[in-house]
Amino acid sequence: MKNFLTVSLLMLSLAVNASESVKLDHADIDLTDKVSLLRGAKHFVTNCLGCHSIKHIRYLRIAKDMEVDEKLILNDIAPLGAGIYDQIHSAMNKHDAEKWFGIQPPDLSLVARSRGADWLYSYLKSYYTDSKRPFGVNNRIFQDTAMPNPFWKLQGEQEAVTRKTIYGDHTELEIEEPGTLSEKEFDLMVNDLVNFLVYVGEPVQLERRQMGKYVLLFLSIFFVIGYLLKKEYWKDIH
Amino acid sequence: MKTNWFTSSGNWVLDRFPLTKLWNDHMAHYYAPKNFNFWYFFGSLALLVLVNQFVTGILLTMNYKPDAKLAFDSVEYIMRDVHWGWLIRYMHSTGASAFFIVIYLHMFRSLMYGSFKHPRELVWIFGMLLFVALMAEAFMGYLLPWGQMSYWGAQVIISLFSAIPVIGEELSLWVRGDYVVSDATLNRFFAFHVISVPLVLVMLVFLHIVALHEVGSNNPDGIDIKKYKNEKGIPLDGIPFHPYYTVKDIAGVGVFLIFFATIIFYMPEMGGYFLEHANFIPADPLKTPEHIAPVWYFTPFYAILRAIPDKFAGVIGMGGAIVVLFLLPWLDRNPVRSIRYRGGIYKKALLMFVISFLVLGYLGTQPATPSATIVARIFTAIYFGFFLLMPIYTRWEKTKPVPTRTTEHHSIDEQLPALLEEITELKPATSEIDHVVFRSSFFSRRPNPTGIRHVLTRFAKKLVESLD
Repeated sequence: MKNFLTVSLLMLSLAVNASESVKLDHADIDLTDKVSLLRGAKHFVTNCLGCHSIKHIRYLRIAKDMEVDEKLILNDIAPLGAGIYDQIHSAMNKHDAEKWFGIQPPDLSLVARSRGADWLYSYLKSYYTDSKRPFGVNNRIFQDTAMPNPFWKLQGEQEAVTRKTIYGDHTELEIEEPGTLSEKEFDLMVNDLVNFLVYVGEPVQLERRQMGKYVLLFLSIFFVIGYLLKKEYWKDIH
Repeated sequence: MKTNWFTSSGNWVLDRFPLTKLWNDHMAHYYAPKNFNFWYFFGSLALLVLVNQFVTGILLTMNYKPDAKLAFDSVEYIMRDVHWGWLIRYMHSTGASAFFIVIYLHMFRSLMYGSFKHPRELVWIFGMLLFVALMAEAFMGYLLPWGQMSYWGAQVIISLFSAIPVIGEELSLWVRGDYVVSDATLNRFFAFHVISVPLVLVMLVFLHIVALHEVGSNNPDGIDIKKYKNEKGIPLDGIPFHPYYTVKDIAGVGVFLIFFATIIFYMPEMGGYFLEHANFIPADPLKTPEHIAPVWYFTPFYAILRAIPDKFAGVIGMGGAIVVLFLLPWLDRNPVRSIRYRGGIYKKALLMFVISFLVLGYLGTQPATPSATIVARIFTAIYFGFFLLMPIYTRWEKTKPVPTRTTEHHSIDEQLPALLEEITELKPATSEIDHVVFRSSFFSRRPNPTGIRHVLTRFAKKLVESLD
C-alpha cells in the first residue's frame, strides 16, 4: 500500500513537468481606486480605442460605477461625438483592419478574464525591436504578435539583449531609446490601463463582493436557526 | 358544525385527490433509519441544486439567444445589462459544478455503505441513468455560451462518434447537423438542454425516489431496519422522515448554501475550473485553442479516453467506465453492505479507486505528455480493476459481524467542541500590558501546534487501523 502511494506520487510529479515560459510581472489591481480606473479609461480611449472596441460596456456604466458626472465622462474620456448610452466601439472598420493588420483587432471587453491581469501587464511592457517583423517589433510574452507596439513613443524602444551566464543564456529587455515617460511613469500608466480592463471584464465584481458579506451573514443566521431547530426536534431520539 | 369555504374547498380536493396519502406515504409516515450521518445530506442537496438549475435556467432563457452570431454577446448582455443577470448566470454556472460535486459524493456514499446492493439495485440503476442524463445535460449546456472552450470541447466530443466503425461518420454528422459544430448544433443543443433532458431528469428523479421509498433507505450500518418492528408495525430504528429529516436537511442546506454563496460572490470562476478562462473568448471555428480540456467533472473520463492509444478503443473505454458502474450490484458478491463491517480488501480497493478517480480527474485537465499518459494508463487499469476484479476479491473478504440494530456514533457537531478545545489553547490575549491585574483576566483561544499534531496522528492511525 505504502509503496503504491509513493510510486504513484513520484510518477505524478514526473508527469507534471512545468512548461518553461517567461515569468510574468505582477499587476497591482485595485478596483476600489476609482481615480486609477478613470486614468485607465482615458489611456484606453487615447491608445487602444483606435483599433480595439470594448463593446460590452457603455460610457454610462463607467460614469455610474465611478460615481462621476455623465458630462465629465463625455468631455474628458469619451472620443468626440460619442453619446453616453453608446457602447464603446472602435471607429475602425473590419475591412480596413484586415487590410492593415491581417486580422481584425479583437474586442477587449473580456480580455482580462481570458488572459489575466498579470499577462496583460507583462505583455504591454514586453515589446522589443525586431526588424524581421512587419511592424519592426516583436513581443516576449506573445511571440510574433500581429499587434504593433502602441506605446513606442511613451516607453521608448526596447532591445532584447542576450548575455551568457553560468546558468546558460539569459535574455533581458533593455531600453535603447528612451521614450517620453520614465520607467516608473510608464509602469503606472500600464497598470492603470490593466486595472481598467479588469474592471471592464466584469463591472459587477466590486458590487458582488460587497453583497457577498450580507448574503453570508444571512446564511449563517439561517444555519444557526436551522441547527437549533434540528436539535430541538431530535431531543428525544436516541 | 359549519365549515368555512376554505376548509370545504380543501375537502373538495381531498375527496378527489390522495394528497394526505401521498404526504403520509412519502413524508410523515415514511420511516427512515435514525442513524443517518452527514453523507446522507447529498440526496436532498441534489434536489435543491436541480431546482436551482431549473429556476435560474428558465430566467436565463428569457435573455439568452441560441444563435451562433448572438449567443456569446447575449451571455455578456445578461452579465452586464440584465438586472441581477450576473447573479442568475453565476448561480447557474456554479450550480452545474455543485451538481456534480453533490452527485459524486452521493454516489461515493453508496459505494461506502453498499446502498446499491439487494434490494436497492433498481434505485441504483435509476440513479445511474440520472447521472448519464446529467452528463448529457451538462455537456449540451456547456456549448451554449459559445466560447472557445464550449465550441472546441463540443467539437472534440462529437467527433468521438466518428470513431465508431461503418456508421461513425454519418452518426456524428447527424448529431451535429453540419460538418462542423455550427449554428445548427447550437440550436439543437439548446432544445435538448432546456426541454428534453430536463424532462428526462424530472422523470428519473421521480422513479429514483419512488423506487427508494418502496424498499426503504439504507443506512451507515447497512442493516435492514424493517426486521425489528414494534406492535404497530413501525421499525424500532426508524423515525418519520418528516419532521426529523426535513429539519435536519434544512441545517444541511444552510451549510451547503454558505459554500455555494462563497463561490458565487467571491470566486465564480473557481480558478478557471467552473468557468474556464478560454471560454471568455468567442468561439472561432478557424482557431483551435492550444489546449482543449473539458470542464473538471468530465476530466476523469476524458483522461481514460486519452490513455487508450486507439481512438475507438478509447471511446469504448470511456463509455465502459460509466457502463461498469451500472453493473455494480452484480459485481459485488459480498452480502455485507456497510464499509464498517466489510473486510480490509474492499476498503483498500475503494481507497485505490478514489485515488485513481482523483488522479485521472487531475490528469484530464493537463496536457497529455508521454509520462502523463503512462500514469493515466496505470490509473485507468486501477479504475477498471476495482470493478472487474470485484467478483473475485469480494469473495476473499473477511467481514466483521454485522449488528442487528443500528449503532450509535457521535455526529460531527457533537465532536466539534471537544476537537476545538484540543487544537486550541488558552493564552493571555494582551501580553504587552504587564500588570498583575491584566495578566490573568484576558485570555483567548489560539491554535495549539501540539494539539493539532495529536489530532492529525490520531486521525491517521485510525485511518490505517480501519483499513483492516
